[in-house]
Amino acid sequence: MDLFSLTLCQAGTLLKEGRISAVELTRAFLERIDRLDPRINAYISVDPEGALEAARRADSIIAAGNRKELTGIPLAVKDLICTRRLATTCGSRILENFRPPYDATVIKLLEEQGAVVLGKLNMDEFAMGSTNEHSAFGPTRNPWDLERIPGGSSGGAAAAVAADMCLAALGSDTGGSVRQPASHCGVVGLKPTYGRVSRYGLVAFASSLDQIGPLCKTVADAAVLLKAISGHDPADSTSVPEPVPDYPSMLEGDLKGIRIGLPKEYFQVEGLDARVKEAVEEAIQVLVDLGAQAEEISLPHSRHAVAAYYVIAPCEASSNLARYDGVKYGLRDTEQNELLAMYNATRSRGFGAEVQRRIILGTFALSAGYYDAYYGKASQVRTLIIDDFKQAFETCDVIAAPVAPTPAYRLGETIEDPLTMYLSDVFTLSANLAGIPALSVPCGLADGKLPIGLQLMAAHFKEASLLKVGHLFEQAAGFDVKPKLD
Amino acid sequence: MQISKEQVRYVARLARLELSEDQLENFSLQLATILDYMETLSQVETSGVEPTAHVFSLTNVFRKDQVRPHLDRSLTLSNAPASEEGSFVVPKVI
Repeated sequence: MDLFSLTLCQAGTLLKEGRISAVELTRAFLERIDRLDPRINAYISVDPEGALEAARRADSIIAAGNRKELTGIPLAVKDLICTRRLATTCGSRILENFRPPYDATVIKLLEEQGAVVLGKLNMDEFAMGSTNEHSAFGPTRNPWDLERIPGGSSGGAAAAVAADMCLAALGSDTGGSVRQPASHCGVVGLKPTYGRVSRYGLVAFASSLDQIGPLCKTVADAAVLLKAISGHDPADSTSVPEPVPDYPSMLEGDLKGIRIGLPKEYFQVEGLDARVKEAVEEAIQVLVDLGAQAEEISLPHSRHAVAAYYVIAPCEASSNLARYDGVKYGLRDTEQNELLAMYNATRSRGFGAEVQRRIILGTFALSAGYYDAYYGKASQVRTLIIDDFKQAFETCDVIAAPVAPTPAYRLGETIEDPLTMYLSDVFTLSANLAGIPALSVPCGLADGKLPIGLQLMAAHFKEASLLKVGHLFEQAAGFDVKPKLD
Repeated sequence: MQISKEQVRYVARLARLELSEDQLENFSLQLATILDYMETLSQVETSGVEPTAHVFSLTNVFRKDQVRPHLDRSLTLSNAPASEEGSFVVPKVI
């Protein structure tokens, strides 16, 4: 078996037993990246020297008998998580040469575990996009079909995991940016509860919605990675001081007595592809065969989630992105010798079209005379969406739904049509608005070649329930097809 | 909803963006479409509903008011497009 096709858990066992070395494993991934990434463009930067150095350190830790769960495990990180060693671009020209002076908390946690960071992953600029076409460093391609998008905004992360160019990856999810690309690329993606994982060092897009999450080959791998990055962080005042359960030990058991809620509004969405609907319904049948009870539930305000989200997120973004002014870091237009002109020229040159569109949208919605009608109203609708979930979780343990309404688009299909791209986030946005955890697990292939994901959502801090249902589904469904790349 | 190029130009100025004529044209059409869609929010009955700015209302997260190590000044300035004598340099303001 090729080393790159191992799962994180399998590689961990082999490392622990001394049957492979971290250096060997890291080399296998670096070679794979060299060979495949020119076609896929999942990485913005690769760090062979740093990775091999970390692997050598890991090997001596293992030799000394001090291995932790991630020691020697080659991972990759979405390029909006600050790494002191490596440039952090956010997929934007404006941060092309930005070298963060500090590491994000999740990077520190990975390093404390002795993980190996292979490089930084491509993404829609500032995580704004659902296709990865909005990257200043060129689109990432879907390993299952190179003419299609991998999804976004963690498209590089999903593509890298799907193409075996890393064992697992960290992405970020503001409106579906971990789950939707995971679904399109046939990998597992988890958005944790808001506040579960520290956002310190995660470049902010929409601060009340952003959350870092793992993209992995299996649910068990996601459980290991989630445990490693979770926990309260004094440097992030929105991280929640809840104890971190031992997720990997909570996967087994059965589904007897588990109540699966099926939101009727989700299955009536216009534009839900018949192939997606069928695959998700079959997946629900698998859960029922495993002993779960499926029941219809209602999330009456879910049809307003897209509008509420696309007011709230751009409002927060327009404020967060005010910091890119050509003064403290990033690009500066040096042709202007007056301050205001320098700001304008720097920002207009540095930001791509989708980011500018969202800044304009957010600035408009927050401007005098419009605030109440847009931001105020959307924030009230957000409360109603949260209440819908609270009510739903009184009668069910886990909600099952599609992740994306269709399989992956072709490249270029929505580039001139932002609203269509926004509408494709219809099933994922609500979890961010409500702050609840949600998981995407592969559940089928449309036309035998395009992956489809099953989405599972649970109440705040119930990641263990999601992972257990996801894991048992995965075992029963046996989705083990891989894209053909060699 | 109609969004004029002038409105987009005004908002762009607030956001410190300089848009070309083509962009103004493009954005005013796209924004109109997007804002039309947002209008659906006005159908939702929200009287008496508290707005949510944050899912967990963790308020007043305090820490001790004491001196702690901070980033080295040269490191802080290391990404600045221009710096001099330990400060950021900006174009003339006045």
